[in-house]
Amino acid sequence: MNLLAEPVGVSHFMVVGAIMFVSGVVCMAAKRNALGVLMGIELVLNGANVNFVAMSSDFLYREGGLSLGLDGQLIALFVIVLAAAEAAVALAITLNFYNNHATVDVDRADELKG
Amino acid sequence: MDTATFLPILLGLAWLLPLASFALIVLVGPRMGRAGVMASYVATGAILGSLVASVVALGIWVFSSPAEASGPRGEHGAVASAPHEATAGGHAGEAKEHAGDHASAAEHQAQAGPPRHYTGDWYTLGRFGALAITVSYYIDALTIGMFAMVTAIATCIHFYSIGYMHDELDEVVDHEVTLSDGRHLHRPGRFHRFFQYMSLFSFSMLGLVVAGNVAMVFVFWELVGICSYFLIGFYIERKSATNAANKAFIVNRIGDFGMIVGMMALWASLGTFAFGDVDGRQGIFSQVRSAENGYRLEAPAGMVRASAAELAAEVVRDHPRNPAAAESEILARVVSWREQGHGYWLLVVAGIGIFCGCVGKSAQFPLHVWLPDAMEGPTPVSALVHSATMVAAGVYLVGRFYPVFAPEVLLVIAVIGAITLLLAASIAITAVDIKRVLAYSTVSQLGYMMLALGLGGWAAGLFHLITHAFFKSLLFLCSGSVIHACHTNDITRMGGLRKIMPWTAYTMLVGCLAIIGAPLFSGFFSKDAIIAQALSFWNLNPTPGGVLFAVAAGGAAVTAFYMFRLWFMTFTGEPRDRHVHEHAHESPPIMYVPLVVLAVFAVAVGWPWLGVVSLLEQARPAGELGQGLLLPGLVYPDEHASHAADVHLLATLVASATALGGFLLAVLFYGVRLLDPAEARQQFRPLYNLLWNKWHFDELYQVLFVRPVHLAAGAVAAFDKGVIDGLIHGSARWTRRLADFDDLIDRYLVDQSVNVFAAWTWSLGNSLRSVQTGRLRQYVMLIVIGTVALTVLINFASAR
Repeated sequence: MNLLAEPVGVSHFMVVGAIMFVSGVVCMAAKRNALGVLMGIELVLNGANVNFVAMSSDFLYREGGLSLGLDGQLIALFVIVLAAAEAAVALAITLNFYNNHATVDVDRADELKG
Repeated sequence: MDTATFLPILLGLAWLLPLASFALIVLVGPRMGRAGVMASYVATGAILGSLVASVVALGIWVFSSPAEASGPRGEHGAVASAPHEATAGGHAGEAKEHAGDHASAAEHQAQAGPPRHYTGDWYTLGRFGALAITVSYYIDALTIGMFAMVTAIATCIHFYSIGYMHDELDEVVDHEVTLSDGRHLHRPGRFHRFFQYMSLFSFSMLGLVVAGNVAMVFVFWELVGICSYFLIGFYIERKSATNAANKAFIVNRIGDFGMIVGMMALWASLGTFAFGDVDGRQGIFSQVRSAENGYRLEAPAGMVRASAAELAAEVVRDHPRNPAAAESEILARVVSWREQGHGYWLLVVAGIGIFCGCVGKSAQFPLHVWLPDAMEGPTPVSALVHSATMVAAGVYLVGRFYPVFAPEVLLVIAVIGAITLLLAASIAITAVDIKRVLAYSTVSQLGYMMLALGLGGWAAGLFHLITHAFFKSLLFLCSGSVIHACHTNDITRMGGLRKIMPWTAYTMLVGCLAIIGAPLFSGFFSKDAIIAQALSFWNLNPTPGGVLFAVAAGGAAVTAFYMFRLWFMTFTGEPRDRHVHEHAHESPPIMYVPLVVLAVFAVAVGWPWLGVVSLLEQARPAGELGQGLLLPGLVYPDEHASHAADVHLLATLVASATALGGFLLAVLFYGVRLLDPAEARQQFRPLYNLLWNKWHFDELYQVLFVRPVHLAAGAVAAFDKGVIDGLIHGSARWTRRLADFDDLIDRYLVDQSVNVFAAWTWSLGNSLRSVQTGRLRQYVMLIVIGTVALTVLINFASAR
């Protein structure tokens, strides 16, 4: 099945979501800047959100399959709220870390090692 | 208010006042004035109140006419059948004339009936089936007389003690107690405690006298015993005093054992403890000597049935379905059983049992050993113990129980009394401790009383009890005065004290004259009565009577000898010890005024025109003593027969002659010193040694009882230490071993396994440490790899 030949459907959104997810993960794993890592986290979360929203849309299910309905959108909303809260906490940690170490390099944050 | 209600109230008051004083001193004694000095006033006031109440009671008794007295008797529960009232009235009247007129003896023999008495219950402690435990009274002329005597003497002694015990007000240095560091014992004075016990003592004795049943007598009997224990052991720091107190208490327990046997015999067969009839229930006296039987002694139905229990059981078997018929059959047969002698033995056992208690209390052979040792107490205590209380209790109880004693029991009493009399008198000859001479003299005089009672001389014995109480308390208080002045008890260190202490010397002379029975002194009349009774007993029973008469007459000579030996050695001649003589001084008035009062009594109380004997006669138990059943040859004379002129004159002559003989011998030895005591001692060396060692009774008892008891106690202690302790130690050792083993398991098995587990956990954690690097990016990588790996795995798994 050729995606490019198809009309836009759930599969396309899922591709977008997967790209965003992988980009986020790579960003988290590769960036040494703490802010970059946080951005990667946002990407991962939003990639997942894209999937949820797409799967809850009746409009996109043209094959006659059953969508998640409002449940998916609700979960997406939860994730957004969660992301906001997490971002606030993470930024506070980062700020403190900067105050203590004059840097935001996550490789320098190895004090939690066993 | 009539006599029957008034007398119990008065005597109850006299009885309870010392108890109140005791309670008060126990509670606040040490805070009564300086060092508790007020305690003596409280105790003396209480006993003085008792004396007043007793004297008022005596007055009421004497002046209330017998006719009036017989009226309320019926309501009051005493015997009140019509014929007795008439005879009792006649009896009392006769008794009053009697003192002057001995010729009325024949009439006396004819009359019969219980003496005038009042009985009743003050308080019922409890009823257990047929057994009623009550606080009751039995008041007759004997009770009244004893109350007056006891309170009078106790009052004198209380006053005297205020002076004698004044040392106890300050700190006391006890020169007879040496501490381990060689110094003498210093202790605080115990003035109030002395008077506390004196009050309890008086209370106990009065309770014993007024008691209306045997159980109550027994309770107060023991109270008297414990009081004497406290007072003999008053100087508890002295080893000798505590030993003497223990001895007195333990020896008395032996007698009390017999008394309990007697009480059980009485109660088990008669079902009552009461002396007289109370509220229509028959007491012991009217069961033993019933009115229907003319007050002759016979075994009561209860005793006959108890003795013939097997025969009675047979009767019950014969009437299997008819208990009522069996009962009436038994009642019908009781008379014939009694004639076969059933029950008489029980009567004898009861009598001898009760007498055993009296043997202990009145220090009769073989339980006489405690009394001389009781000298360890303060002298006023000795005076009280030896005259009015403790030892008088035994003689009093014999007198009270007289109706119950069978002729055979009386013979036992007489023989015991005679042995005691001679034994103690002989020991007194050689004693040199002033108080011990008097103590043995007391034992000997108590022997006289028992002898008199045992020979049928009821009034003679109790009369001697009362006269003896006065002169013996006088003698003891005099000796106390001497000891107070000389600080020694040893008469060989005294001598020539007459000039320094005239009051003491001459009052003591009065006491000595009274005890040896010098004419017109009280002892003369009472000892005469005893010897006359012995003589009239001899007339009827030649074999035992002769010996007993000889003892009674010979005892008088010995008494005279040792009493005047004592007096001469103490008060006349050259002082033997300068030091003692120089420090001697007359006692203060608080001490010698009681001596003078007692001296007056010691002279006058025996005078016939004072009527002590006629008072006692009013309480004479009803009925004749009769003949023995087990010893048919034994015949008891009526006591009035001894007042017949020929008997009495002879007795007086014999008594006076023997006493004079003893007195003259004492004068020869110690007065004018024609004979040398030391020489006599040398001549009769073995006899002297025997007497000096008190017939070796202490040694004998040491070997017979004390040593075996110690041996048995040692064996038991060894068993305790060896076997029982060994068992316990063994079990302890085993428990310990088990615990040690348990400890090993705990340490090596349980602890080790826990430690191994902990070590594993530790090394696991250590090895896992390196995984936690702290690098965030590595973590994310691992998460990703893990996620991918999981996804791949699940895909592969689900594909299959």
